[in-house]
Amino acid sequence: MRLFLFSFIYLLGLTTLQAATLAEYSFEDPAQDEDFREIIEEMRCLVCQNESLAGSNAELAIDLRNEIYDMMKGGQSKGEIIDFMVARYGDFVLYSPPVKPSTYPIWFGPLIVFLIGGVVLFRIIRRKNQSRETELSEAEQQRLDKLLNQSNEQRDTNQ
Amino acid sequence: MNRYLRYSVPLIVFGIIAAFLYKGLSMNPREIPSPLIGKSIPEFSLPSVESAQTMINDQNLKGKIYLLNVWATWCVSCRAEHDTLVHLARSGKVEIVGLNWKDERVKAQAWLQQLGDPYTVNIFDKKGRTAIDLGVYGAPETFLVDGDGIIHYKHAGPLTLGVFNETLLPMINDLKAKGS
Repeated sequence: MRLFLFSFIYLLGLTTLQAATLAEYSFEDPAQDEDFREIIEEMRCLVCQNESLAGSNAELAIDLRNEIYDMMKGGQSKGEIIDFMVARYGDFVLYSPPVKPSTYPIWFGPLIVFLIGGVVLFRIIRRKNQSRETELSEAEQQRLDKLLNQSNEQRDTNQ
Repeated sequence: MNRYLRYSVPLIVFGIIAAFLYKGLSMNPREIPSPLIGKSIPEFSLPSVESAQTMINDQNLKGKIYLLNVWATWCVSCRAEHDTLVHLARSGKVEIVGLNWKDERVKAQAWLQQLGDPYTVNIFDKKGRTAIDLGVYGAPETFLVDGDGIIHYKHAGPLTLGVFNETLLPMINDLKAKGS
């Protein structure tokens, strides 16, 4: 519990730290502010590839944040800014890759694997159900009766 | 289902996963394909490293095949590749244009004086704005540009003689043969 609390406080500290470094970017229009934050969250910092532009303090990330900020101030839309970035750094700059033929495997692969798994699971369950017969055949019923009678007789003699 | 086929399913799945991992883990995440291949170098107008008064623009560079090398004195790998650049420049196989990236003029000049200057033209991009247009994400990076200003190849990381001879030189010879 204490560990949990500590990590919670630590994470809280991290978010305020990040907010502090981004405080210099302010917009009069709150919608623009939201767009700006969305863009830099969705863009990869190319120097430290597992950080977003929002979270990185690499020189290039700072430059790119400033560039995007200036573009937004200049009245450019979110789409225009994303196009600007992709034209220079390629799709790699986006955390979620665009849907196009070369990215179909990553977009639809998991769904296909999931469906294959579903079909296999369905077939296994159906086969299990078929083999577990509830009705006894004629011969089985006779054998069961015989066994029951035997054990009953045995019990009677024992008493 | 055939019993052998059934038992080989896990093996096949393992094989597929292994193939993907082998390919995926042997790729270099630093090698990001540049979307600028086949496109023109960006428009720019910047001073030279030698003098703040001398302006260079993208039109000045047209008419020759050259390597555009992004470098900086704060970049350790640039120091590592510098001797290769000097060697290439002396060999006369290709011209090298420098793009000094987010650096200080005095330091850049001292570096060239001390280690030799392989660049025929050296552009001073203090703010790094042209580097952004070139999609630069780390120095050193080297672009192969033809006489029309079209980018044909980008190499990220220090340039070696191996890379030059195996990849860049054949492309340069091709471009020369086409008369670009």
